[in-house]
Amino acid sequence: MSEITKEATQEQLLYANILEKGMLIGLGLMFITFGLYVFGIMKPVVPLDQIAAYWSMPVGDYLAAINHNFMHMDHAPTGWAWLHHLGKGDFLNFLPVAILSGVTIVCYIAIVPGLFARNDKAMGLICMATAVILILAASGLLAVGH
Amino acid sequence: MLKRVKERAGLFFASLMCAVMLNPAWALASEVAAEVPMVPIIDGEGWWKWPLILLVVTFVMGIIAVLGGVGGGVLFVPIISGFFPFHLDFVRGTGLLVALCGALAAGPGLLKANLASLRLALPVALIASTMAIVGAMVGLALPTHIVQLSLGITILGIVAIMLSAKKSTIPDVPAADSLSSALRICGIYHEPTMKQDINWKVHRTPLGLATFVIIGFMAGMFGLGAGWANVPVLNLMMGAPLKISVATSKFLLSITDTSAAWIYVNKGCVIPMMVVPSLIGIMLGSFIGVRLLKVAKPTFIRWMVIGILLFAGLKATHKALTAMGVL
Repeated sequence: MSEITKEATQEQLLYANILEKGMLIGLGLMFITFGLYVFGIMKPVVPLDQIAAYWSMPVGDYLAAINHNFMHMDHAPTGWAWLHHLGKGDFLNFLPVAILSGVTIVCYIAIVPGLFARNDKAMGLICMATAVILILAASGLLAVGH
Repeated sequence: MLKRVKERAGLFFASLMCAVMLNPAWALASEVAAEVPMVPIIDGEGWWKWPLILLVVTFVMGIIAVLGGVGGGVLFVPIISGFFPFHLDFVRGTGLLVALCGALAAGPGLLKANLASLRLALPVALIASTMAIVGAMVGLALPTHIVQLSLGITILGIVAIMLSAKKSTIPDVPAADSLSSALRICGIYHEPTMKQDINWKVHRTPLGLATFVIIGFMAGMFGLGAGWANVPVLNLMMGAPLKISVATSKFLLSITDTSAAWIYVNKGCVIPMMVVPSLIGIMLGSFIGVRLLKVAKPTFIRWMVIGILLFAGLKATHKALTAMGVL
């Protein structure tokens, strides 16, 4: 294990660098995708002049209504279903959201080998457990609703 | 005789009800009523007004959050859910993304400067992020008015914490506990005001971790960033220096809010027309807020934040009690 110093540890710097890159990519992409959506360059599933009719509804009703009125799918678009609609301006905005929500998982996975290499087994196991939990949350397996 | 007539009438009524209820047309109608909710009729031309107002309000919110030393999420959810037409499900999802992006923006710098401690954050994050998932799932399963009432009470509780909580720049930690020693949760940072390097360690780690069970749950359930609770626990309970506590708390939100955000994203609680104006507003406001920090009066801003939260908490409580028919 390494000595305690004033400087950030190798894992901390690695984590920070990945986090920074993911954050910049995610935020940059968010501005681009929102521009494509709001300026009408990419047609959305829910037309812009109708979106206000939907945002006051509970999420379950909202999904059922947009599915019935615009999407006509067998199931409401939950989980990773947005991937099938990346050609639509509004659903394209899920991509930067997923990057911003996913970069922490990449950071965790990246620092695990270094922790074990330095015989920091307890922190390595904590990292692995957290990564599993975050992946489980991201997988969409934990579905609930009203 | 009368008994037989009653029996026949009863049978006829039962048969009629069965025929009606089992009729495919009825089944279809009930299915449609259950699956396709009524969409309110609105003026389609003015759709852009609310996102624009949201942008302006979150811009002001960003300034106040920086000056008041609170995260954007704790202001966002009660104010936007109380005064905007958006449903609480989307407000909580957006609130989490607002808090997450703020933490992602600040996190790398704080880690590189060694002010945010990865070793302190990792065990806490395991518990807080697990409980944030549970909180998000419970929050999405409960009826809206119950969540709104709990939110109002929580916001009033946060006001009480803000009024009563003290801060300790460098708390006295006589000895590290066995758990923090085993995990080597300690560090060194340079304190420029004292012109010296501070060796820090933490104590009461099991109690602190247990407290993050509640904090994580509430962060996920209400979509609030949890800086208001993280800092007192890290600083006063576990004994981390104030700067380390504030920085680690900010970084910690990037992990806690990630787990809860995924639950909301997978559930569909993301409307880009709400999320992006909110993020832009908060980020621009924070940018201006940092520059105003030199000239602002912190005491006045602190009281203003407490006043706003008190009002928003009462509004959320009132809204929930009205929906429940109590008021």
